[in-house]
Amino acid sequence: MSYLLFQITFAAYFLATAAYIVFFVSQKGRIRVIARTIFLAAAILHTLNILARYFEAGHTPITSYHETVSFFAWSIAWSYLLFRWRYTVKNFGTFVSVMTLLLMFMAALAPREILPLVPALQSWWLPVHASIALIADGFLALACIGGIMYLLQEREIKRKRFGLFYSRLPSLEALDKLNHHCLSIGFPLMTLGIIAGSIWAKQAWGSYWQWDPKETWSLITWLLYAALVHQRFTVGWRGRRAAIMSIVAFLAVLFTLWGVTFLLQGVHTYAA
Amino acid sequence: MPHDSIVLLGVNHKTTPLEVREKIALSGGYDEPLASLASVDGLNEYYLLSTCNRVEVLFATGDPEQTKGRVLDLLFGDTVTAEDANHYVYCYENEEAVQHLLMVASSLDSMIVGEAQILGQLKEAYRYAAQKRTCGLILNRLLRKSFSVAKRVRTETRIGSNAVSISYAAVELSRKIFGQLQGKSVMLVGAGEMAELAAEHLVGQGVADVVVANRTLERAVKLARRFNGRAVSLEELVGQLANVDIIISSTGASGLILSKDEVKSVMRERRNQPLFFIDIAVPRDLDPRINDLDNVYLYDIDDLQSVVEMNKAERDVEAVKAERIVAEETLKFKCWLDNMEVTPTIIALRKEAEHICRGELDKTFSRLKNISPGDRRAIEKMADSIVSKILYHPMQFLKGGNTRIDRCEKINTVRNLFRLDDDNGPIREP
Repeated sequence: MSYLLFQITFAAYFLATAAYIVFFVSQKGRIRVIARTIFLAAAILHTLNILARYFEAGHTPITSYHETVSFFAWSIAWSYLLFRWRYTVKNFGTFVSVMTLLLMFMAALAPREILPLVPALQSWWLPVHASIALIADGFLALACIGGIMYLLQEREIKRKRFGLFYSRLPSLEALDKLNHHCLSIGFPLMTLGIIAGSIWAKQAWGSYWQWDPKETWSLITWLLYAALVHQRFTVGWRGRRAAIMSIVAFLAVLFTLWGVTFLLQGVHTYAA
Repeated sequence: MPHDSIVLLGVNHKTTPLEVREKIALSGGYDEPLASLASVDGLNEYYLLSTCNRVEVLFATGDPEQTKGRVLDLLFGDTVTAEDANHYVYCYENEEAVQHLLMVASSLDSMIVGEAQILGQLKEAYRYAAQKRTCGLILNRLLRKSFSVAKRVRTETRIGSNAVSISYAAVELSRKIFGQLQGKSVMLVGAGEMAELAAEHLVGQGVADVVVANRTLERAVKLARRFNGRAVSLEELVGQLANVDIIISSTGASGLILSKDEVKSVMRERRNQPLFFIDIAVPRDLDPRINDLDNVYLYDIDDLQSVVEMNKAERDVEAVKAERIVAEETLKFKCWLDNMEVTPTIIALRKEAEHICRGELDKTFSRLKNISPGDRRAIEKMADSIVSKILYHPMQFLKGGNTRIDRCEKINTVRNLFRLDDDNGPIREP
């Protein structure tokens, strides 16, 4: 059931992304409506897929590689939809749908069998810690996408040569605000996720922090974001510098999520 | 019976030099000329448009040749010689007149193609004509059509979306940098005319605060008063950078008046809020390397000019699309006009058929005393549907798409067949 739902969701994201790209190039309002509708439908299907998997597995499906990446894509899609509900940023959807589709593609490539839960993970801290961390990553992904859009737009304005993006992307101010909003949601959530993880570690392993690679990298990522947020709010870092920093910090997020699992070993490596 | 001809007479910036246009322009408003047109024989419907670039009169008449001369005499007779009038005034009839009006409304005939002002002027002119009730069936429909076509052109093409003047290009860029311009402030350095124009556009877009810095303070004060702003001296320039967002520089200074380091020094105090410099002075006032600073953007006159050129090229592409829309709508209007020709015949035919139907029904009902109201309605309904089914094909023949047969011939055929023009009237008794 969850397998079938995943296939449908993947196809729906694919269609939504295709529609968004066609809209991005042609700028026809009717296509945007279609793209938005399909994207929303895909996000809802995705939710059903995760619920179905929850019932099939009997635990929150964020333990295997496939599940984690799929959940990551889900959190980007929904943090975008939540964000859209309050703020509109011109053509943001196109970039978000591409990112979501890429993650879904990676999830689709991974083995999808349901693994039995390791005893150490059998705790209600699992959904709390993992889902908060992944939802935080969703908002941080949006900040990164906003950063990419900012750099594209800034490049055209600075170089005074207007190409594909100048008329299609929103103003620099709007993109910088996007970065600001996403950070001020994503960073506290990330902090919360790490605190939850550390309390769980105390209960499961007896100490709050053990310096295993995943924890270390989480800390590095957290410090990067903390530096960015601090500079933003005190000295007024903004624009290009904030955009680059959001992208770099997000690369650290991705490394924490994958690089650590594949390249380094540690207590967090249950799934691979 | 052919409908009235639609005639459009006028002069515009393309055909007529300014000296002549000045004389012709209706400077006294629309009331007087509209009133005097009322006295012209043969004018069934009419309307007048006068802007700084054009004067046009549009009318519907049964006798175009005669009426044209009379209208020309009345409007332009006092100011221009007949020879000049022949030379400058263009005259379009029917389809061409419709097309021209639609082009004007969609701003395709304007001096700056795509500018939005003309539609407002057209609507105002129409309001005057409507108040005086000088427009009838045809012109009312045509003018309303022109408004909707203008709207269609605006939404379906991007003809009006690009800045095609330097000062508009500056506004457009500001909006790409700052998003909303509400609450932003602009500083004019030097009091050139182009800087003033750009400031005017920016204020029109919501810029709240205007600061003027000039070598002679007197001129600065004068200009500042125009925008409700304040004046500062040129020495305070760097200090003022902390408080403003957009700087338009146009001094006559021979060297640079602002260096990269000076701008860099205020960025911390500004908490990196973006700064947008527009340098329209020749020779340049601002150090070109200012553009290298983070969150600072500098455009000089050549940069703006190339933005304008690029937008013009794109606008020309859009104009082709817009002309296609106008051609399409002209054709639709022509169909409507042509159908007007057949309308009286259609009405006569339907009336005749209904007359017969009613007569026969009355006769039948007077014989049938004992029928229920329900049955009566059923019989009436049946008679009606027989009539409409019999009339369906003749109607389609009249309105129809068979273009090989001339419309007049079609009308004659139907009128003869049903004897609509017979003095005795068509069949009364079987």
